[in-house]
Amino acid sequence: MKLTLNVWRQKDARDPGRFVTYQAPDISPEMSFLEMLDVVNERLIAKGEEPIAFDHDCREGICGQCGVVINGSPHGPRRRTTSCQLHMRTFQDGDTLTLEPFRADAFPVVKDLIIDRSAFDRIIASGGFISATIGGAQDANSLPVPKENADLAMDAAACIGCGACVAACPNASAMLFTAAKVSQLGLLPQGQPERMDRVRKMVAQMDAEGFGSCTNHGECEAVCPKGIPLGNIARLNRDYLRATLSWGRRLPGAAGGGPG
Amino acid sequence: MDLRSSIPDGPLEKKWDRHRFEMKLVNPANKRKFTVIVVGSGLAGAGAAASLGELGYNVKSFCYQDSPRRAHSIAAQGGINASKNYRNDGDSVYRLFYDTVKGGDFRSREGNVYRLAQVSGNIIDQCVALGVPFAREYGGLLDNRSFGGAQVSRTFYARGQTGQQLLLGAYQALERQVGAGKVEMFTRHEMQDLIVIDGHARGIVTRDLVTGEVRSHVADAVCLATGGYGNVFYLATYAKGCNATAIWRAYKKGAAFGNPCFTQIHPTCIPVTGDYQSKLTLMSESLRNDGRIWVPKKPADTRPPGDVPDAERDYYLERMYPSFGNLAPRDIASRAAKRVCDEGRGVGPGGKGVYLDFADAIQRLGRKSIEEKYGNLFEMYNRITDEDPYTVPMRIYPAMHYTMGGLWVDYNLMSTLPGLHVLGEANFSDHGANRLGASALMQGLADGYFIIPYTIGNYLASNKHGAVSADHPAVKDAEKAVAQRTQRLMDVRGTHSPTHFHRELGKVMWEHCGMARTEAGLKKALQRIPELRETFWNDVKVVGSGESLNQSLELAGRVADFLELGELMCLDALERRESCGGHFREEFQTPEGEALRDDEHFCHVAAWEYTGDGKKPTRNVEPLNFENVHLSVRSYK
Ligand SMILES: Cc1cc2nc3c(=O)[nH]c(=O)nc-3n(C[C@H](O)[C@H](O)[C@H](O)COP(=O)(O)OP(=O)(O)OC[C@H]3O[C@@H](n4cnc5c(N)ncnc54)[C@H](O)[C@@H]3O)c2cc1C
Ligand code: FES
Repeated sequence: MKLTLNVWRQKDARDPGRFVTYQAPDISPEMSFLEMLDVVNERLIAKGEEPIAFDHDCREGICGQCGVVINGSPHGPRRRTTSCQLHMRTFQDGDTLTLEPFRADAFPVVKDLIIDRSAFDRIIASGGFISATIGGAQDANSLPVPKENADLAMDAAACIGCGACVAACPNASAMLFTAAKVSQLGLLPQGQPERMDRVRKMVAQMDAEGFGSCTNHGECEAVCPKGIPLGNIARLNRDYLRATLSWGRRLPGAAGGGPG
Repeated sequence: MDLRSSIPDGPLEKKWDRHRFEMKLVNPANKRKFTVIVVGSGLAGAGAAASLGELGYNVKSFCYQDSPRRAHSIAAQGGINASKNYRNDGDSVYRLFYDTVKGGDFRSREGNVYRLAQVSGNIIDQCVALGVPFAREYGGLLDNRSFGGAQVSRTFYARGQTGQQLLLGAYQALERQVGAGKVEMFTRHEMQDLIVIDGHARGIVTRDLVTGEVRSHVADAVCLATGGYGNVFYLATYAKGCNATAIWRAYKKGAAFGNPCFTQIHPTCIPVTGDYQSKLTLMSESLRNDGRIWVPKKPADTRPPGDVPDAERDYYLERMYPSFGNLAPRDIASRAAKRVCDEGRGVGPGGKGVYLDFADAIQRLGRKSIEEKYGNLFEMYNRITDEDPYTVPMRIYPAMHYTMGGLWVDYNLMSTLPGLHVLGEANFSDHGANRLGASALMQGLADGYFIIPYTIGNYLASNKHGAVSADHPAVKDAEKAVAQRTQRLMDVRGTHSPTHFHRELGKVMWEHCGMARTEAGLKKALQRIPELRETFWNDVKVVGSGESLNQSLELAGRVADFLELGELMCLDALERRESCGGHFREEFQTPEGEALRDDEHFCHVAAWEYTGDGKKPTRNVEPLNFENVHLSVRSYK
């Protein structure tokens, strides 16, 4: 196949960046999308030009490190597929592809197609865990979990933290990411003691990082390579409401306030 | 070289208890006076950093990805072993210990492996407490499946994403400590050298992969949990960034390298399709619970699989190993696949493939049940091959997957360099010459959650160090060496990209140090690799600059190290004149073509010691003593 690529090139965080057009002839439809970029990069290196920087690691759709907006769509046209799992047979000979980084204020561009997603780590650090100190756990089977809840928790836990949801959202909200973790832990008995605290703190951190608010567009679910269901957001909202109400009761005057 | 394993005396089942009692402790108030560096954020590293932070140490944690959650442990699919005996099918600590020692073809330490089996149950308890959503049965209790090399069901799993869920559990525990200020996290940082002062590991030098800044970090002890080195083979089931740089630099600073030639080729991976191929994808061993492996009985049979009647199929694993069947251990299943393909009975393009067929299982259990167990794997297969495994059998072929070798460590997980501890796949310790499925996740978390928190305390309490200043000559020298090396790579300005050399090295390794090894082949590789290395240093082309994010420079540095490590692997393979586990020397096989061990001469660990560039390293030996297990011929017939 022969393709034309319009690629976002940006030297570093300070550079304003621009699109550059490359021709990509002799591409095999069996290649993965990232292997196509490898081939283009090898050719650039041969010419002494800097290769296109893009993030990737596992190349099997699980680490969440890759992520390119292809023709306006985070991770490209195929549903439930990360950029690394996309294959060139999805495209037609002669296609033009526009490649951009995931864009959001909370995800500054580092170089070309690479962004800084550390805001996600800080959301987890603010409360996305169960405080079970290593060493003190009871026997695993002493805590049965109904299969239905376990399955729902696993559906939420499948999130790979790639950030496509943020890139797709007109408000650049991180709600699906945050809700997936809140739901997973809130559905399990182990997660109950910190449940209210967790949701409050994670939402506060999400706001502090500069992510937008959720106005129910649903674009996040549509682009999510793991198909994380929107139902998780409903679960977060319910918990958040309860948490802020009980927080207000416990600490008069602090209603609507931060994590304290 | 002192290769004392430090295994405590006494009966097997009392060793770890006794050791825990005898080890020195650091009192709670003093812990905050110590700083520990943990390189790597996979199961071993994240587990260690979280545990040490919880204990009160100051921890500095490093990874090369943009987040600790992306370490390659995330990609593990099938499951994690533990001897819980929840199935009531005859499992016990002793059986898990025995299966692992036997699975490793009697080339691991009894004491280490027994401890691993002992803590395996605690791991599952801990993971559940952290919110890991393991698969459950309708009654709400945990489910199990079977894995290769065992006749009991002891593998816990979370759909086909067990590694992801275990890692996210450890990552969340780690982030909790980051939030609490006990762990300082450095992402997109690559360790490029080890700082050694007065014979003790006292810090590391890193390159910030975004800015190119070279910086040193000093500490009271260093833990490397940097994963395996299988990317030496270029095509492997590893993530693209997996590298040997951290352990290789430590080796060159004096840490011995244990059994470098012990590598694992996994039998069920998606076959190679073209030269642009950048990695290979694993299809989890768990699929062998329900999938049947076969090839046509007659060579060069090009009929579509559905047209080959049952009587003309050779279910060769079931035929050759009736008691384990499709769940024969990996080394054995891989060699069997190679053999049938070498006989001309392989399927698919180039004849390098065998079928993994689910038709019987779908008929027996229904499509829905198969979908529930393996849905994400089937989906992954379909994305890559564009074929539907529910209706057409998968095509699979062996690929490089895991490294049993690694830096030599004693019972305390300490290398031959005092203060340098090595955890997870990066060390050589528990799997001998072949690792059983679902045992790497177990070992990573055992090392991180349950072993290093004790043994590091013992080290810190027994060694009093002064503070190291940032301008200590050893620190400055290490920083300078790192900066110079980057400069040297930039300055070659040759004609071929780092990937070109990586691919070439991979071909040599796969051909001569892969599934079957011979003296002649290894000697050829030992000639070819130094030539390739020389060409690399005269001809590699790295564009861009060293002072910014530069992925081709990162790769060049990693390939330079692989070009040295590959040679050591071939040397080790040449000198181990026996076959054992994944190390198959064609000269040493039984009449049926099985591995022929030589316990009289090789019942030992080979620990290689660096003696200088261009000089032959020294092969030291740690004898393996078996007091509980009888050294038998490993049979799965
Ligand atoms: C596809 C696949 C499937 C698998 N399935 C299973 C399974 O089902 N069951 C099982 O038991 N095992 C399985 N394994 C094996 C198992 O996943 C690994 O052996 C294990 O997860 C390794 O963990 P680790 O913590 O040692 O290293 P990793 O998880 O590889 O982590 C290495 C860490 O080190 C960091 N690092 C590396 N080099 C540097 C450097 N120079 N500087 C800074 N940081 C560095 C990385 O950033 C990363 O954080 C599988 C492996 C693969 C590849
Ligand atoms: S590279 Fe890991 S998800 Fe794409």
